[in-house]
Amino acid sequence: MWDYIKLAVLGLIVVIAAIAASMARDLPYLVHMLVFIVAAAITFIWVIRRIGEPVPVANQNEYMDGPVRFGVIATAFWGVIGFLVGVVIAFQLAWPELNFEWAQGYLNFGRLRPLHTSAVIFAFGGNALIASAFYVVQRTSAARLWGGGLAWFVFWGYQMFIVMAATGYVLGSTQGNEYAEPEWLTDLWLTIVWVAFLLVFMGTIIKRREPHIYVANWFYMAFIVTVAMLHLVNNLAIPVSVFGSKSVPVWSGVQSAMIQWWYGHNAVGFFLTAGFLGMMYYFIPKQAERPVYSYKLSIMHFWALIFLYIWAGPHHLHYTALPDWAQTLGMTFSIMLWMPSWGGMINGLMTLSGAWDKLRTDPIIRMMVVSVGFYGMATFEGPMMSIKAVNSLSHYTDWTIGHVHSGALGWNGMITFGMLYYLVPKLWQRQGLYSLRLVSWHFWLATIGIVLYAASMWVTGIMEGLMWREVDAQGFLVNSFADTVAAKFPMYVVRGLGGVLFLLGAIIMCYNLWKTVTSSPERKPAPAAAAVPAE
Amino acid sequence: METYTWLRAFADSWHLLFMFCFFIGVFIFILRPGANKVHDETANSIFRNDDKPDAGDSAPRTGHQSKPKEAR
Repeated sequence: MWDYIKLAVLGLIVVIAAIAASMARDLPYLVHMLVFIVAAAITFIWVIRRIGEPVPVANQNEYMDGPVRFGVIATAFWGVIGFLVGVVIAFQLAWPELNFEWAQGYLNFGRLRPLHTSAVIFAFGGNALIASAFYVVQRTSAARLWGGGLAWFVFWGYQMFIVMAATGYVLGSTQGNEYAEPEWLTDLWLTIVWVAFLLVFMGTIIKRREPHIYVANWFYMAFIVTVAMLHLVNNLAIPVSVFGSKSVPVWSGVQSAMIQWWYGHNAVGFFLTAGFLGMMYYFIPKQAERPVYSYKLSIMHFWALIFLYIWAGPHHLHYTALPDWAQTLGMTFSIMLWMPSWGGMINGLMTLSGAWDKLRTDPIIRMMVVSVGFYGMATFEGPMMSIKAVNSLSHYTDWTIGHVHSGALGWNGMITFGMLYYLVPKLWQRQGLYSLRLVSWHFWLATIGIVLYAASMWVTGIMEGLMWREVDAQGFLVNSFADTVAAKFPMYVVRGLGGVLFLLGAIIMCYNLWKTVTSSPERKPAPAAAAVPAE
Repeated sequence: METYTWLRAFADSWHLLFMFCFFIGVFIFILRPGANKVHDETANSIFRNDDKPDAGDSAPRTGHQSKPKEAR
């Protein structure tokens, strides 16, 4: 019966989407409707082929690792895509001829840039967060995922959101809000998927068989709930037509700017920080085989982080129409944020106290430690850049881009790589990774890549900041904007090379993980044997 | 009174006080005497149930059964 309802709903979706596609007012909307048709049709065929077969009963004494496995694959896949697009746009900035004439309006910098940011943050980072959240919440709750097939809906629904967002950017459907580019239809779809994600996560927490909720889950919960709130408020918009992708935002003027950066900074704070801290608090202790250095400090880290981060957004709007008091408030909270961030960094690093020798032998731990190091660096640099006087030099320069990437490549990238290296042998029951040497290669390529990236952006950012404000004895500006662009060329090439190294490392990782699954010896099921009492 | 005015007044008086007290309260609660055992127990919970869920034949854990994996 349930299957027939599913089929009816899926068929209805296909019909409605087909009607909407025929009425489509613009190309992105048409493509999104085709995506709906294809997705619903594939699901329809998948359901109908299984109709009448006995429903497999989910074994409550097993973890549901299917969506985690798919999430791991998606993370690696979107990671490589996102890094590749990043490398392309880095070289487009160095050599504008790479904005090919035949691809104008589709593959020029303006179209590819949101594709890069969304691919790395939401596709690579988001899949890593969803997969690790599903893995961690099961292990720390000692319970199977709640909601049956809902976790599968979260995984596939999220991939569909990524495809819709990506095709939208390339075809020119955008709200023009940084990190919130997808238009209303894609936003609505993400809302549905996100609510399902929240239900699966909370349902598992509620049916947990451990008395306490481990700190990583607190961070994951803050990430899921806050991102939902940010997404809803910042994307309040009225569609021009139900058959078109364009919408008109509800917010306007300085309120719109403030809400956008309240969203934007907390996308960094709760998506790229809180969620990934959840990863850190589970995978570093697991890989180091020691409990976290101070559990008390980790709870303080959590509460201080969520209490302070939410107010830091105005530092993106220094010297704008935003009231001065709001700018100062944003700056003050950003500086205070330094304390919980460094508390968390110290907690992560000190988890290795007494096991520092592992740094020499275990490249995965090395990756995780470097990622926490970059977390510390980025969370020192960020508060410093939020100080108005510093910001007057750094704002609108490449220093900001360097800062973002030392956080994103160093902290988010490295901890995710560490997580993938930890998870793949576990999820596919392998004794270990295919090659630790390749992990070392990845580690060094990625680290050198980040150093090249960050260093070149510091130089070019401070240089252009100083060039912009340079005045002669009569008070005239010395440099034209084009002068600064010309002066930045060598640094742009170095930055592109840094990106190439980072991408190369990720490709090596994919090869290593593939070989781990296909050619590494299988892990023996030890727990069952251990349960048999000795004669 | 205008909505903005009273919301603003409430936000920077009573609600500010509430958030401040809650924040301090959290820290006091974390540092309360006797919390060590709970925290050690929870910090070590990640080393259990790695391969399959808690079997369910016993009541949910109420704490303190397992020793911390490692003393520092």
